[in-house]
Amino acid sequence: MFLTITTTGTPERPATDLGFLLHKHPDRAQAFSTSFGTAHVLYPEAEEQRCTAALLLEVDAVALVRRGKGKGRGGAPDAALASYVNDRPYAASSLLAVALGNVFSSAMRGVCKARPERAAEPLPLRVEVPALPARGGPDLVRRLFEPLGWTVTAGAVPLDTEFPEWGESRYVRLILEADTLTLSDALRHLYVLLPVLDDAKHYWVSADEVEKLMRAGGAWLHHHPEAKLITNRYLSRRWSLTRQAMERLELVRLAESDDSEVEEIDNAVAAETAPETEERPAPLAVQRREAILAALRESAAARVLDLGCGEGHLVREMLKEPRFTEIAGVDVSVRALTIAARRLRLDRMAERQAARVSLFQGSLAYTDNRLKGYDAAVLSEVIEHIDLPRLPALEYAVFGAARPRTVVVTTPNVEYNVRWESLPAGHVRHRDHRFEWTREEFRTWAEAAAGRHGYGVEFRPVGPDDPQVGPPTQMAVFTLKTAGEKEAKAA
Amino acid sequence: MTTTGTGVGARALPVTDLSLVVLIGASGSGKSTFARRHFKPTEVISSDFCRGLVADDENDQSASRDAFDVLHYIAGKRLAAGRRTVVDATSVQPEARRQLIELARKHDVLPIAIVLDVPEEVCAERNAARTDRADMPRRVIQRHIRELRRSLRHLEREGFRKVHVLRGAEEVEHATVVTEKRFNDLTHLTGPFDIIGDVHGCASELEALLGKLGYADGVHPEGRTAVFVGDLVDRGPDSPGVLRRVMAMVKSGNALCVPGNHENKYGRHLRGRKVQHTHGLAETIEQMEGESEEFRAEVREFIDSLVSHYVLDGGRLVVCHAGLPERYHGRTSGRIRSHALYGDTTGETDEFGLPVRYPWAEDYRGRAAVVYGHTPVPEATWLNNTICLDTGAVFGGKLTALRWPERELVDVPAERVWYEPAKPLRTEAPGGHDGRPLDLADVHGRRVVETRHAGRITVREENAAAALEVMSRFATDPRLLPYLPPTMAPTATSGVDGYLEHPKEAFAQYAADGVARVVCEEKHMGSRAVALVCRDTGAARARFGVDGPTGSLYTRTGRPFLDDESVTEEILGRLRTAIGEAGLWDELSTDWMLLDAELMPWSLKAGGLLRSQYAAVGAASGAVFPGALAALEGAAARGVDVTELLARQRGRAADAAAFTDAYRRYCWTTEGLDGVRLAPFQILAVQGRSLAALPHDEQLALIDRLVEHDAGGLLQTTRRLYVDTGDPESVRAGIDWWLEMTGRGGEGMVVKPAGALVRDAKGRLVQPGIKCRGREYLRIIYGPEYTRPDNLARLRQRFLNHKRSLAIREYALGLEALDRLADGEPLWRVHEAVFGVLALESEPVDPRL
Repeated sequence: MFLTITTTGTPERPATDLGFLLHKHPDRAQAFSTSFGTAHVLYPEAEEQRCTAALLLEVDAVALVRRGKGKGRGGAPDAALASYVNDRPYAASSLLAVALGNVFSSAMRGVCKARPERAAEPLPLRVEVPALPARGGPDLVRRLFEPLGWTVTAGAVPLDTEFPEWGESRYVRLILEADTLTLSDALRHLYVLLPVLDDAKHYWVSADEVEKLMRAGGAWLHHHPEAKLITNRYLSRRWSLTRQAMERLELVRLAESDDSEVEEIDNAVAAETAPETEERPAPLAVQRREAILAALRESAAARVLDLGCGEGHLVREMLKEPRFTEIAGVDVSVRALTIAARRLRLDRMAERQAARVSLFQGSLAYTDNRLKGYDAAVLSEVIEHIDLPRLPALEYAVFGAARPRTVVVTTPNVEYNVRWESLPAGHVRHRDHRFEWTREEFRTWAEAAAGRHGYGVEFRPVGPDDPQVGPPTQMAVFTLKTAGEKEAKAA
Repeated sequence: MTTTGTGVGARALPVTDLSLVVLIGASGSGKSTFARRHFKPTEVISSDFCRGLVADDENDQSASRDAFDVLHYIAGKRLAAGRRTVVDATSVQPEARRQLIELARKHDVLPIAIVLDVPEEVCAERNAARTDRADMPRRVIQRHIRELRRSLRHLEREGFRKVHVLRGAEEVEHATVVTEKRFNDLTHLTGPFDIIGDVHGCASELEALLGKLGYADGVHPEGRTAVFVGDLVDRGPDSPGVLRRVMAMVKSGNALCVPGNHENKYGRHLRGRKVQHTHGLAETIEQMEGESEEFRAEVREFIDSLVSHYVLDGGRLVVCHAGLPERYHGRTSGRIRSHALYGDTTGETDEFGLPVRYPWAEDYRGRAAVVYGHTPVPEATWLNNTICLDTGAVFGGKLTALRWPERELVDVPAERVWYEPAKPLRTEAPGGHDGRPLDLADVHGRRVVETRHAGRITVREENAAAALEVMSRFATDPRLLPYLPPTMAPTATSGVDGYLEHPKEAFAQYAADGVARVVCEEKHMGSRAVALVCRDTGAARARFGVDGPTGSLYTRTGRPFLDDESVTEEILGRLRTAIGEAGLWDELSTDWMLLDAELMPWSLKAGGLLRSQYAAVGAASGAVFPGALAALEGAAARGVDVTELLARQRGRAADAAAFTDAYRRYCWTTEGLDGVRLAPFQILAVQGRSLAALPHDEQLALIDRLVEHDAGGLLQTTRRLYVDTGDPESVRAGIDWWLEMTGRGGEGMVVKPAGALVRDAKGRLVQPGIKCRGREYLRIIYGPEYTRPDNLARLRQRFLNHKRSLAIREYALGLEALDRLADGEPLWRVHEAVFGVLALESEPVDPRL
């Protein structure tokens, strides 16, 4: 939580003018209280040739955690702040940016009564930030500061020198040098870019943030080649904050009690889900839904279960077809169901339409009486999220206990992975995939499952059927054999 | 049964102890006097009294409707509670009696009629003598007597199981009432009993079992009584032989027998009724053709004499063919007989064409143990104090007996498959090996779990929802997840200068709870791990129903500890060898063992968290302080007064360095099993036995033997020190031990009652352990600078009550899971308790405690 600003000078233009420009006397150490700790300004050197001002912010970590007491995990708006063990007391984060704005507000505006002419002219500057949290690393730091006229020296700080295999931390030791910028410019750059690099603000984003950004960045931001990234990061915390508000705290606690990161457990819904208006479903997902709907239409199913409905994309498509009189979306993630309900606008749906659809939490690790009596069940991209040893339980819950007439299962075809250019060899398509099957493996499982429970099964490709590696998605349609068929088989 | 007298002499009227007795007689016939003389005052409810209750006037006929509502209500409450009830009203009209018979049926008790047939003149005379009835018109009595006479012939058909008609005032005067026990009430018999499951004509197996139980020619030398749960006949090779043996034993008083649905059907056949010769009846009929007519008559009589169920041993034991819910125990009605014979069927049939039965035992909460048969199961296991003994002898399973009150199972294998079952004894599905697969209803929504050690524990809906997601998506196979460790409360916040936690408070707390001797166990610097180790794949298959793995190793939320199954198997293999070398398989007569342990290093599991949170803080602080201190020193050198600030920053830099040192102690690099350490500290359960109550010195002695016999250096011992909480010197030694250990960077210690499972003076469970974490270790919990006086002062404001309550509730659920596992209860019962622990873990509580 520390940075220094150094300038050099000559007898005519002494470096100690920095004291005037910053409105802080070089021979005194001054303290300023802020809402999260005390900011100190002091000068380790103050000579005519060279003068350095240091800003040191002492963050009160205990107060930071306890501020929002009583709400969830301590009530802090950002998950990282909820822990007493956090980097805020050390790293040059958005807290430092706020302190900078408070302590040097006149300098940032470029106002200096004592030396008005010097405030308006460039001066040789060197800014050192020894521990800058930078999501994006030294490379992004350079991309953000260089276009503004800085010479950037940025090196990543190792996580722990005793454990070199852990690699680098997200902190960068930053040195900025320029002689074409005013002090005001420098402060404005830091004020905006420190939080942008940190990418985790300590307070809720409110409407006046836009105004603050315009004030500090108005002059230079729109020319900046990374203007979009800067604006997004500065303001787009809104979505993440909503996400945090919706975070299932119970899940967070389960992660904590297991010394895991929250994201390891609370990941049923992709974090990077774009805002609703920008939704642009991948073509494969569309083709998959089309294929599923076609299979359902053929089976003449009216009452359909979408097992593992996620955010409800398939449910929404089914709602468009009156032939589906009863649609039940089931998912084990309450968060997914909440999002599905919002996306389907269940609360605003016409009564008759809403009566066709129900969403409820369920789990295929268990048999469930509520799943009985449906015409068809869809398991779209579900089985690969189950650990293989637990697949038999799912198989029994669906084919043995629920026993719908038709079951549609889709899953990735791992053979096709070589055709995805962006997918490194040997990688699964999604972090949570516990396995991905070849066509042969899928067929073996499906035929065995069908045999065990009195179903027939046929296979269909979804997406372009590559002559060598097959389609990207494979689909199996299971049909319950009638009593007659069973007897014929027995005979 | 109708009894009528000759009009002279004293008659004894048998009246069942639990019944609804309806007195029938005209006004003035002497019903109230009769009732007063023969029954307890509280047993009798009169319509007059009820009229008084609702209308302040016992003779207000306009209040009759309401009065009878009240009468029926009170009678219903009494019958539900199992108390004989006498209704004192004229009851001369069929409609009035119909309502009472319905009431008796609703509560499954016998309706009994006692008719007081007294001449009109006598009634009139008596009424005239009473001021309140003096003006009752003569025609009312005449009508009553007319209606009574008309009713007499129909009473049995109306549903009264006993009808006693007393003619004339003389007979009424001299009659006595004799209380009879119900046929099913054998509470005075205390056995000991050997209850034997469905035999189904397996005569040879029956003889073998009787021999194994110690019977010689149907007689036990120690005077034990055999009790047969029914289904003696059909399907098997020698139903006549079985009947002959059982009938002789019953006749000679060496056995009791309740009827099964198969006897019932065969009995109907013997009485000449047309029944389908299916489900093995044809075999019985054919085998019986070789028997004499006389024997067949005896069999018919035997079957007719069987009572649907018995209540035995002071009400502690109920034997019945198809099981019986508590409200039916000791009652008598058609539907109880039907339930006793066939069970509670839902009316549906399953994929094999067999009736779907309602799982009544899953809801059973009764005091009496219910022992039954009827539904073939692979293993006889207790469930909610009920046990099914039909282990499919005729289908090639085994014939099972339960020794009572010892509760020991004795069985003999079937000699062969005598009859092909319509459906397999075991379901193929996971969990089917000992009952049924897990059902969502076992865990979903708000639930109350009954525990032996702490009563009813509630799981809230939102916590169950979170647990469902984690259990479904991340947990290890529930069959291999029979336990989750409870959370542990820290010691009360310390007042000792510079310390947030200190053993002093822990010892004091146990002393206050009346725990004199505690054990301090070194806290290992790893992650909690539970290990289930089976002796081999066969044991894993037989007991846990899994094919392949020989056990499991999982975290405190049930996730597989290691991603690589082969490394898990390697660890299990090392444990298995150590258990074998230490001779514990045989000593504990088990082929599996469940262990609570700590797996090290911490970085093995918490690597992600370590890097993203702990190491990051270390890196940031390490990067920032040199520059900051240099700047301050520079300013100081220039004469700027930063003395205090500089001193503080030096302190903070030192704190940050201490923090980095603290987390580094829990990290080291591992490669496969190289560098991995496992410190077991408790054997939780073995076959047939929960070891949660085994005192810790015995526990640790077993563990030490395991560590001793581990050749590979995987297992690590747990250092310990016993402390007498009442002895200041011993407490001092405990504190010194902790100071010494934590001073060298140790994580701290856990203080546990030496007796393991201990209750306080009020009978409540005391905390099974209290953690005292080291001063340095706490930096990685409360932050690098938590020891600064102003921080410590604020951090001392922490609230432990919820954490303590949570720890006890989770502990009780964990114990319950172990008991259910040890008792061989089905998977869903064990899982219910395990799931409860996980759900409670998601309750909001300060994660730093």
